Amino acid sequence: MKPPPFDYEAPTSVEEALALLGRHGEQAKVLAGGQSLMPMLSFRLVRPRIVVDVNDIPALAGIREVDGTLAIGAMTRQRAVEQSALVRRRCPLLADAMPQIGHFQIRNRGTIGGSLAHADPAAELPAVVAALGGRLVVRGPGGERQLAPEEFFVSYLTTTLEPGELLVEVRLPVAPPSTGTAFVEVSRRHGDFALVGVAASVTLDEAGACVGAAVALTGVGPTPVVAAEAAAVLVGGRPDARALEEAGRRAAAAVRPDSDLHASAEYRTHVAGVLTRRALARAVERAQGGGEAVTP
Amino acid sequence: MSERTIRVTVNGRVHEAAVEPRRTLADFLRDDLGLTGTHLGCEHGVCGACTIVLDGDAVRSCLLLAVQAHGREILTVESLADGDRLHPLQEAFREHHGLQCGFCTPGFLMTLTCFLRDHPDPTEAEIREALAGNLCRCTGYKNIVAAARAAAATLATLTPTPTRSPA
Repeated sequence: MKPPPFDYEAPTSVEEALALLGRHGEQAKVLAGGQSLMPMLSFRLVRPRIVVDVNDIPALAGIREVDGTLAIGAMTRQRAVEQSALVRRRCPLLADAMPQIGHFQIRNRGTIGGSLAHADPAAELPAVVAALGGRLVVRGPGGERQLAPEEFFVSYLTTTLEPGELLVEVRLPVAPPSTGTAFVEVSRRHGDFALVGVAASVTLDEAGACVGAAVALTGVGPTPVVAAEAAAVLVGGRPDARALEEAGRRAAAAVRPDSDLHASAEYRTHVAGVLTRRALARAVERAQGGGEAVTP
Repeated sequence: MSERTIRVTVNGRVHEAAVEPRRTLADFLRDDLGLTGTHLGCEHGVCGACTIVLDGDAVRSCLLLAVQAHGREILTVESLADGDRLHPLQEAFREHHGLQCGFCTPGFLMTLTCFLRDHPDPTEAEIREALAGNLCRCTGYKNIVAAARAAAATLATLTPTPTRSPA
């Protein structure tokens, strides 16, 4: 249960990090918050020749608002995102999800980019980015590319990040006025990975009709599942109990989860439907309340 | 794999040492500095026994490399007691039977020092959530929660916060 030997570099700029990653290719592993990589090293599930620690690159951390999006540096600690008033105001769905990631000791070190690049199929952040249609900003030897979630997440713990590339930022659209959001999940204990989790966002017009909705689920497949059919039920009408019920049914129909040690596929499918209904109901309530989300 | 020289302040004392990059901070504290109060249960970030305070934040020392602590300040469980005088938090654990075998206790104490600093008057639900990342196989947690509540009350009398209304 001790990490295998490796070389170690801690670059202080993105350019320096990319040079190291370019030189070492598949032999290198990027160390962000270490809350996933360190256990994998200790279990010797990964044996990199070199660990490139990006914790000393100040340019990779920070939250700013640019052109209607929230741009969050990949090395921003999860705890900083959780406590950010800007995130709470501009991207309440992300704020809703944060306290459900691990425990506060984990979030003190864990980073937003580390969690996204690790791509655990039951993690909260990939579902948030998928629901909102965010962009993942990747830099590599060929320059910068911006990827949609469906272009980034490939499978269990697998993304389209190439050796030599670094996830540097995530961009999320700022929530329009009268938007309510909710992230709800079922896990065995608080802080565990979700058995099923649902990220939901609902935008209403002045008359109370739904003009925009989004739903994405985690824990029900190798990548986050965007349930567009479920969200579409709400758009154009009043989001009443019947519409929410139907959205839940469609979300359950949209997922094909596997059975594992913790839950059967049938259970997960059922919970996906129930949680979708609940998440949307809470999002609607908050949108009606003026869009200001509160921690559940 | 060559060793690196690091300089770390632990419990107010500066230490300089050469470490292999793969050495975890937990192993560095225990084996290189002899501070064996920090315990290792799972060594993969689940049990919380190895929780220490890094620059003011409670973190798992098994999930950090010693080289990452270069230039940083660390507090371990050894920082709590003042000679033979227990810290109020330790006193509360003793008083309320918040430990049996004691293996997990250092992690609980270091988690709670940060939590009670940030939440001087917590509800029981807040305490339980804060402790969710620390596993205890003896107590059933009831007495640990009681100890945390008692410690919060004692600490409040020692450092009254201006925002609290007088009782």
